[in-house]
Amino acid sequence: MTREAYHKALINLQDEVLEMAGMVANAIKKSVESLQKRDINESKTIITNDSLINKKRFAIEERCISLIATQQPMAVDLRVLTSILSIITDLERMGDHAEGIAKISLLIGDEPLVKPLIDIPRMSDIGLSMLDKCLKAFVNRDVEAARLICNEDDTVDALHDQVYRELLILMIQNPKIIHQATYLTWVSHNLERIADRVTNIAERIVFMVTGKMEEMNVSKY
Amino acid sequence: MVQHNIDIKRLKIPEPIVVITDLSLYYGKTLALKEITLDISKKKVTSFIGPSGCGKSTLIRCLNRLNDLIEGVTIEGNIKIDGQDIYAPAIDVTALRKKVGMVFQKPNPFPKTIYENVVYGPRVQGINKKSVLDEICEKALKKAALWDEVKDRLRTSALDLSGGQQQRICIARAIATEPEIILLDEPCSALDPIATAKIEDMLVDLKKDYTVIIVTHNMQQAARISDYTGFFMLGTLVEFNITTEIFTNPREKQTEDYITGRFG
Repeated sequence: MTREAYHKALINLQDEVLEMAGMVANAIKKSVESLQKRDINESKTIITNDSLINKKRFAIEERCISLIATQQPMAVDLRVLTSILSIITDLERMGDHAEGIAKISLLIGDEPLVKPLIDIPRMSDIGLSMLDKCLKAFVNRDVEAARLICNEDDTVDALHDQVYRELLILMIQNPKIIHQATYLTWVSHNLERIADRVTNIAERIVFMVTGKMEEMNVSKY
Repeated sequence: MVQHNIDIKRLKIPEPIVVITDLSLYYGKTLALKEITLDISKKKVTSFIGPSGCGKSTLIRCLNRLNDLIEGVTIEGNIKIDGQDIYAPAIDVTALRKKVGMVFQKPNPFPKTIYENVVYGPRVQGINKKSVLDEICEKALKKAALWDEVKDRLRTSALDLSGGQQQRICIARAIATEPEIILLDEPCSALDPIATAKIEDMLVDLKKDYTVIIVTHNMQQAARISDYTGFFMLGTLVEFNITTEIFTNPREKQTEDYITGRFG
């Protein structure tokens, strides 16, 4: 009773998730780069392409539902499918955060930045590195790697606080920049949320492998 | 072969009514069950699953000593029901089979009326009073969820009923002798999905009064109706646990491979 077509469909589904994650990672990376470079066209492209991420999410969701309805998955297969349903929701929201950053870039418009961006790109890099590790843990079913990812979220949280404090000081010194500085705190907030979403995915990977729900996103910071 | 943790098999369960310890069964020299140890909880539904020839039917046939009828069968270890060793020399096998009723894969009503099928057991036990038999018949058919469908034709042949109804007649016949435990050996394998659904609903209802033990090849059925599930392979109990655990997070790789269709 080996079910080759079904198991192939599960593997294909995993590939689809990786593809969607790639689209999201690209959107995050480009959103911060376009903000830094003041590349309005790139920001507009990110906003337009967010609908592709959303479509991908719905397509994966439909395939999961179809497999559940037709194949009655059990045990690890059932956990993989329910985890994928959760993971794609987090990925889709991460895409929305990237879109949010791109929209902020449009709001800032032609204005020069009030300060060079240093910590914001770092937050983006760490978030993307966390996502990359998470995807590897997903493919390799690596619980330990998934658990370790959550530690990095503390660094992103710390950077977010640092960005906030720094911008607050700048705003106090020069109230004329309040407008843009507030936008930049939103960017930082979006990146902080992206890292949180990665930890959600890491939790799902642990559940997928062990069958145990673990709250790992408890900030030590 | 994976070495199993004994805790996976001898699960702590509430109110064990059947206690099986180190049970091995040989057909001649062939070992069909290997050192099975498990407890079955009172007034719960317990399913046994596993590939053909894994020993699950052999095991339930041990519980009312039906294997005694097969030549060359030898049994080691012991089975206690309500604390009594059912293989002890002094045991009354007829009384045991009254206590532990059985329903088989293929509906096998007697070529008699519906009424006579249901009251067959009580009649054999010496009950002849019509009003008592009428009451037993109605009660058993109601428990088997068949009363409404057959109450107006109790005197017609049971063989005229559909397959699903015939199977429920067999269940009513088993219930009529007031057993404590009902064994079912793939009771739905010859039935369509609607008849299967009716039997499944009825089995869930039956656990209010009886301990139900069911052998099934249909894993979704085991998942839907049972409280506990045991997975067997090559005469060994690989894993025994709460049903939701077996189907969402089995402890043993062999169980996982079987229920996800990666082997078998």
